[in-house]
Amino acid sequence: MQLFVFIVAGAMVLGGAVGVVLRTHPVHAALSLVLTLFGIAVLFIAQDAQFLAAVEVIVYAGAIVVLFLFVIMLLGIDRAEDLHVEPFKIQRPAALVIGVGLVSLLGIAVIASREHPVPTVTPSQAVTDALADPHNGNIRALARDVFSDHVLAFELTSALLVIAVVATVILARKPRKGETYIVSGSAQ
Amino acid sequence: MIAVAHPTTTWYLLLSALLFAIGVVGVLVRRNPLVLFMCIELMLNAVNLSFVAFAKRMGDIGGESTVFFVMVVAAAEVVVGLGIVVAILRRKPNATTDDLSELKG
Repeated sequence: MQLFVFIVAGAMVLGGAVGVVLRTHPVHAALSLVLTLFGIAVLFIAQDAQFLAAVEVIVYAGAIVVLFLFVIMLLGIDRAEDLHVEPFKIQRPAALVIGVGLVSLLGIAVIASREHPVPTVTPSQAVTDALADPHNGNIRALARDVFSDHVLAFELTSALLVIAVVATVILARKPRKGETYIVSGSAQ
Repeated sequence: MIAVAHPTTTWYLLLSALLFAIGVVGVLVRRNPLVLFMCIELMLNAVNLSFVAFAKRMGDIGGESTVFFVMVVAAAEVVVGLGIVVAILRRKPNATTDDLSELKG
């Protein structure tokens, strides 16, 4: 059963990823990305990471892909890109060589090290207790870890998100008359 | 024989390596800036998958909290990146990544 889930979810992930790269239409590429993200969420559940699977679906498939589609529609660039135009002759073969080489290197490293003993990590007592909880053990343990050991990083991410929102508002709004903080190509 | 086979951490890591390489090839090949961002998301998700696989293998919840933070940073990155894309494409609606070389001063 677990093997079946892995194969189906893996096919979803890889099929969606190939779709993102090969589909010429940006909307189709975004929808292929949704397929990949759902496959990843299924694999998260298979690895006992239920909370992250829910976050994956809500944040990635729900928010980020919708943001992509929104920008595609806002700018009206929802037409197919001509993939036959190739500005650099060597680019695609070189990219393919780099991709195959990367898979080979990573695959060799993973397979060569699969028999190595993993270092044992002793989690803190609170996390161990939370994991032992038969109900919501994963989400309790994650909450203990994030809000105790990584609470500073958690606070910093809130600052990061506020900065990102302010930056985007300033970047994306149309400059008023007389404002020159965005240097245009025609003004130079 | 095949029925008792069990997906181990190695399988997840190989899948993650494949997904990462597809994302790399996408970034190198595609010229639409929006699709480039989608390929970067593919790479981030590949790394997230390997983090979760290691968290399960080592019995350490720290891997999962790392994935949590990666997701937050990815969301911030997409928001800022799409803001830049909107600012550029509003000026030149058919800009590709090659045209962005005009940005240099």
